[in-house]
Amino acid sequence: MKILVPVKRVIDYNVKPRVKADGTGVDLANVKMSMNPFDEIAIEEAIRLKEKGVATEVIAVSIGVAKAQETLRTSLAMGADRAILIQTDEEVEPLGVAKLLAKVQEEEGAGLIILGKQAIDDDSNQTGQMLAALLNLPQGTFASKVEVEGDSVSVTREVDGGLETVKLSTPAIITTDLRLNEPRYASLPNIMKAKSKPLAQKTPADYGVDISARLETLKVVEPPKRTAGVKVADVDELVAKLKAMGVAA
Amino acid sequence: MKTLVWVEHDGGAVKDATLSAVTAAAKLGEVHLLVVGEGVSAVADAAAKIAGVGKVHVADDAAFGHALAENVAPLIVELMGHHDAFVAPATSNGKNIAPRVAALLDVMQISDILSVESEDTFTRPIYAGNAIATVKSKDVKKVITVRGTAFEKAEREGGSGVVEAVASTGDKGLSSFVGAEIAKLERPELTSAKIIVSGGRALKDGPTFEEVIFPLADKLGAAVGASRAAVDAGYVPNDYQVGQTGKIVAPEVYVAVGISGAIQHLAGMKDSKTIIAINKDEDAPIFQVADIGLVGDLFKLVPELTGKL
Ligand SMILES: Cc1cc2nc3c(=O)[nH]c(=O)nc-3n(C[C@H](O)[C@H](O)[C@H](O)COP(=O)(O)OP(=O)(O)OC[C@H]3O[C@@H](n4cnc5c(N)ncnc54)[C@H](O)[C@@H]3O)c2cc1C
Ligand SMILES: Nc1ncnc2c1ncn2[C@@H]1O[C@H](COP(=O)(O)O)[C@@H](O)[C@H]1O
Repeated sequence: MKILVPVKRVIDYNVKPRVKADGTGVDLANVKMSMNPFDEIAIEEAIRLKEKGVATEVIAVSIGVAKAQETLRTSLAMGADRAILIQTDEEVEPLGVAKLLAKVQEEEGAGLIILGKQAIDDDSNQTGQMLAALLNLPQGTFASKVEVEGDSVSVTREVDGGLETVKLSTPAIITTDLRLNEPRYASLPNIMKAKSKPLAQKTPADYGVDISARLETLKVVEPPKRTAGVKVADVDELVAKLKAMGVAA
Repeated sequence: MKTLVWVEHDGGAVKDATLSAVTAAAKLGEVHLLVVGEGVSAVADAAAKIAGVGKVHVADDAAFGHALAENVAPLIVELMGHHDAFVAPATSNGKNIAPRVAALLDVMQISDILSVESEDTFTRPIYAGNAIATVKSKDVKKVITVRGTAFEKAEREGGSGVVEAVASTGDKGLSSFVGAEIAKLERPELTSAKIIVSGGRALKDGPTFEEVIFPLADKLGAAVGASRAAVDAGYVPNDYQVGQTGKIVAPEVYVAVGISGAIQHLAGMKDSKTIIAINKDEDAPIFQVADIGLVGDLFKLVPELTGKL
C-alpha cells in the first residue's frame, strides 16, 4: 500500500508573525519557514507504517513556491521515498489544494492519505475533509491513533469531551492531531541521502485544475493588543483583587 | 438569505456552541436549524425554542447516531438545495463535517469567523490569532464555521420554530463508529465556563496536577484547562487543551498556573476578560498579557491561595 502525505511550507511555529503595515498580509520576508508541524506528524506516521511493513512507499506532496522543495527534502530525509512538488507562486486555498491532491491520488492510488489537521498559517482545518469529499472516501480527522487492519483502518480521534474511535474502509483520509506521535529528526546521513531521492516537478496546469481563489482577502490587521497589567506582591493581595472583582467571597 | 445551522447537542440537550452559531447566522438572514442524530426529538423540541429560529429540520436515523461526516454531509448537501448558507459552530463535529459539505458544494469554507461584516464578508483569525483577516467570499452559497467566543449566545427560550422531519440519506457504508471515551465532567465545560483554572508543564504529573489545580478550581467554581505540554505529558485528557489547536476560551477570569505563555497557548485564551498568571519566572511571556501577575513557586502559592479563598 502506498501512503500519500501532503506537506505545507509554513512560517516556523517559533516565530511570532508580524502583520504588514499596509494591511495586506503577514510579513514572510526573511522569516524562518518550516514544515507545518502537523505534517511532520503525518510523515512520521506514514514512515512508521512503512517500517511496520504495512506500507510499501511513502510519497510526499507539496503545493507551493519553488522553496517548498526544502520542505519536501525534509520529508525525504525523514524517510519518505519520493516527492512531488506542484509549483505555483499563487496562494492556493484548501479547496484548490484538495482538488490538486485528488488528481494526484487518481494517479497514485494510495491506500492512505495522511494530512495535518490544520496548517498553522491559515488555520483553516479543511483540506483533508475536502479531499475526502472529492474522492468520496471516509475520513478520520484529528487522529491520535491509527491502526491498519487488513483493508480497513481504525482511527482514534480527539474530539470535544474526549476520544472517539471509528473504523474506515480503505482507501481513507486521515488528518493528524498533536498526540499521534513524536516526529523524528532527520539524521545527517539521511539528509545527504535525501538529496538523491526523486522529486517530480509539476504545475497546477499539468492537472487541469482551476485553483483560482474563492475568498478575497480585503485586509489583514493585528488583533487588539493586550497590555501587561500589574504584579501583585503576595497571595493576600491577589485574594483582595479577586474579592474586588466579585470572583471570591 | 436562508441559513441552515448545525445543532451541536449531546443527544439530550442543545450545547451552548449552537447558540453562538445561531447569533452569527441571524446576521445573515433567516435561521433554520438542523438536528441530526438518533432519538433526538427532545433535542429538536429544545432547538425550536431558541429565540429567532424558523424551521427545525430533524434527521433522526441510526445512520446519523454518531454524526459520521460520510453520512451527514450528503444530507446537508441535499438541504442546501434550498438554503444559502451552512453555519456550524467550530466544534469537533463542525470542523469535521463543514469542509466535507463545502467541497461537495464546490465552495471554499470560511473557518472560525469572528464577525459577520456583510452577507459575504467576514473576519477570521489566522496565524494563531496573531492576525485578523477580513475575507470576502465569491461563492454563491456560503459554508461557515463560527468561533463560539466571538458571538453572544442566542436565548434558549422565546422561539417557536416549526419542527419538520427530513428523510434520511442513509448509511454510505464508508465508516462506522466503534466506541468513545468521553470523560465525565464534574466541573463546568471549558468553552462555556465563566472562570477557568489552567495548569501547565510545571505541574509535574497527573496526581500533582489534581492535588494543586482541582481544589483551586473547585473553590472558584471553575472549569479546568491545560497547556499542550501538560496534556502531552498525560497529566490530563486531551480535551483540556486550550490553544490554537485546542479549545478556544474567553471566560471572565482565566488563571494560568505554571504556563509559560507560548503563542499557541495565548491563541486560545487571550480574549479572556481578566487573565491572572502564577509563574516563578518573572520574564515568562504570559505576564505580557496578564492583568494580574504573581511571581513565585506555584506549589507554595496555589495551596495558600486556595486556603485563603
Ligand atoms: C503545531 C503546534 C500546536 C500547538 N498547540 C498548542 C495549543 O493548542 N495549546 C498549548 O498550550 N500549546 C500548544 N503548543 C505548544 C506550545 O508551543 C508550548 O510548547 C506549550 O504551550 C508549553 O506549555 P507550558 O507553558 O505548560 O510549558 P513550558 O513552556 O515548559 O512552561 C512551563 C512554565 O512553568 C513555569 N514553572 C515551572 N516550575 C514552576 C513552579 N514551581 N512554580 C511556578 N511556575 C513554574 C516556568 O517558569 C514556565 O514558564 C503547540 C505547538 C505546536 C508546534
Ligand atoms: N499547499 C499545500 N501543500 C501540501 N499540503 C497542504 C497544502 N495546504 C494544506 N495542505 C495539507 O492540508 C492540511 C490542512 O491544511 P488547512 O486545511 O489549510 O488547515 C495540512 O496540514 C497539509 O497536510
